[in-house]
Amino acid sequence: MAQSKTLGERLQSHGVSRRGFLKFCAATASLMALPPSMIPAIAAALEKARRPSVIWLSFQECTGCTESLTRSHTPTIEGLIFDHISLDYHHTLQAAAGDAAEAARKAAMQENEGQYLVVVDGSIPLGNPGFSTIAGVSNVDMLKETVAGAKAVIAVGTCASFGGIPHAYPNPTGAVSVSDLVKDKPVINVSGCPPVPVVITGVLSQLLTFGTLPELDHYGRPLAFFGQSIHDRCYRRPFYDKGLFAETFDDEGARKGWCLYRLGCKGPMTYNACATAKWNEGTSWPVESGHGCLGCSEPDFWDAGSFYKSLSVPTGDVARNAGYAVAAGVALGAAAGALNRAKRAGAIKRHEKVNVDDLGDDQG
Amino acid sequence: MDLLAWVRGPAFDAALAIFIVGVIWRLIELLMLGRGVSLAEPRGPEFPAGLRTIVLRSWPSAAKLKTGATTLVLGYGFHIGFFVGLLLFVPHIELVHATFGLRWPGLPTPLVDAATVVGIVALLAALAHRLSHPVIRFLSTSQDYLVWVATLLPLVTGYLAFHRIVNPYPLALSIHILCVELLMVIFPFTKLMHAFTLFIARWYNGAIAGRRGVQS
Amino acid sequence: MSSWDGIDIRVESAGSAPDSWGNAVPILHEVLHALRRLAESGESTLIDVKSLPFGPGDEEQLLAALGEGEVRAKLDTLGESRIWESRYAGVWLVEHLNVDGGRVAFHIEITEVPQILCSQADDISAAVRNLETDLSDRS
Repeated sequence: MAQSKTLGERLQSHGVSRRGFLKFCAATASLMALPPSMIPAIAAALEKARRPSVIWLSFQECTGCTESLTRSHTPTIEGLIFDHISLDYHHTLQAAAGDAAEAARKAAMQENEGQYLVVVDGSIPLGNPGFSTIAGVSNVDMLKETVAGAKAVIAVGTCASFGGIPHAYPNPTGAVSVSDLVKDKPVINVSGCPPVPVVITGVLSQLLTFGTLPELDHYGRPLAFFGQSIHDRCYRRPFYDKGLFAETFDDEGARKGWCLYRLGCKGPMTYNACATAKWNEGTSWPVESGHGCLGCSEPDFWDAGSFYKSLSVPTGDVARNAGYAVAAGVALGAAAGALNRAKRAGAIKRHEKVNVDDLGDDQG
Repeated sequence: MDLLAWVRGPAFDAALAIFIVGVIWRLIELLMLGRGVSLAEPRGPEFPAGLRTIVLRSWPSAAKLKTGATTLVLGYGFHIGFFVGLLLFVPHIELVHATFGLRWPGLPTPLVDAATVVGIVALLAALAHRLSHPVIRFLSTSQDYLVWVATLLPLVTGYLAFHRIVNPYPLALSIHILCVELLMVIFPFTKLMHAFTLFIARWYNGAIAGRRGVQS
Repeated sequence: MSSWDGIDIRVESAGSAPDSWGNAVPILHEVLHALRRLAESGESTLIDVKSLPFGPGDEEQLLAALGEGEVRAKLDTLGESRIWESRYAGVWLVEHLNVDGGRVAFHIEITEVPQILCSQADDISAAVRNLETDLSDRS
């Protein structure tokens, strides 16, 4: 279980010099997207950091978030961070199963009452608890029970943060997000489908290093990673501003790397770290690979219309609706016009006179 | 995010329906009522005179400069700024492309930005002019002010959204689209109809003059 | 409207993408400003290269522009770290790798010498103790 050695003591016992520790702090600063000037503060904090217990709950999820995290390992630096946390329960990664695993979870909760962190991936179905259970316990019950003595909850992935794909229309399982259910503990949303790996580890590092919650945006996401939109950090932005766009996939503009707005890129409304942190340890990211951003870190992005329709285009079938409206307008206009003519013909026949009051106030 | 999905979805469908039905209905009523029949002998052809008037009235006359220079300059400033912002900004071109399949190249965003500012400034100056000129002020009605607000809002909200002055962006974009939908909804019921009726009015004036054999 | 029809796909032969996206030059300007500050007031600056929104080829262009100078150092702790001075004195590059050779941090340091090259106070204290022990073992 969790031990009381500080990280500084742990590194010393591993034979790591002070210089090595400074390297570790520089890497951690980069990981947390903090300016390099903060390295001394990180060094001071990490020296005193104690080992927290972490319980990871997986609910209605595809395991993509766990996959993303385990791919993020640049061992030794992040490995040290994860050696330093005590991952006491993770039903995909742990060796134990069934009753033994549940017993381990309950023991960790009891031993670290008020201090442990709960990480959740996947949404929670409220429609019928039987849709998703672990060891016979429904997700919602397990969440309530585990969160009761926790210090903070981290909702990893768009499913846990906002409901994700299960929440998409028509939401057959009644899926809700963690923050829909947990109201009395601090919840950090690390959204993304999956989240950028270094964002997950960066948030955990921040909690580990400083023991405090990072600054959050109005969706509960850490501002360090979700404070900028993709559009504002995209390297193709100069093409957007110059009016150079790819028209179809693999046309000349696409091969020249022009802006993908016309191909449905949702970069302007999406807040995430993909444009700077990238994926696969800085290899690339969707836009760099030639595909527009899906907006996967935003709530209800599955229901926001086609991935290939630009942000400025309405989601309904505009052409069809416009066609119906034209037909209706013609019909109504013709009918009204016919009535007007009949009225006029009748007035002429009756030799009606027009005076100034009849002209009225019409300004249209 | 839900607001954005709503304004891009059912709200837009409703606004578009009201706009199209309203405009076409009014235009057809107008055309079916037509003009009174002139029993005099025509002295010249109607058709070319009508067409000429539609085109030539877009060019300001020297006389207008003397009598209403402010209105002329502000009018052109607003309309040019407005149309550049509306029709030469790529996201808007995408909207037209999705509806009608037409597409044309856009301008670089800094130019569209400048044009929008020109449009906004011209609108503000036009309001100041309306309020300070005693005759125009006397003739102004509540509809004039309503239309002015409805026209200004899309320009201002678009500018605020583009420059990320209002955050988060999905909210700013939703407000912009909502303001455009407001403009669409009041369009058929207000003097904004001039956008379509101006062609009919110019045609009639030109045709009548041409029939009489005089310059239009 | 069928959504699949809306996606146009055309297969053409391989074309050309630009060699870089023009992001290297602004960073060089930033380095110049920092270097001026260092020259005038001795103030150091750190630029985290990993945090910059580079497109493909930008980093290569930046590194080619900075080049290599007189000093090259290799650090061996928690994996390798490479430190070298660029062709411009006072502009250092510090690249931290983990044991598998993956990059964990990459800084441009505009300073007289990167702090990580200096021997640290704690390590010196430990070294004093170690040398004392080694000497007493000899005698």
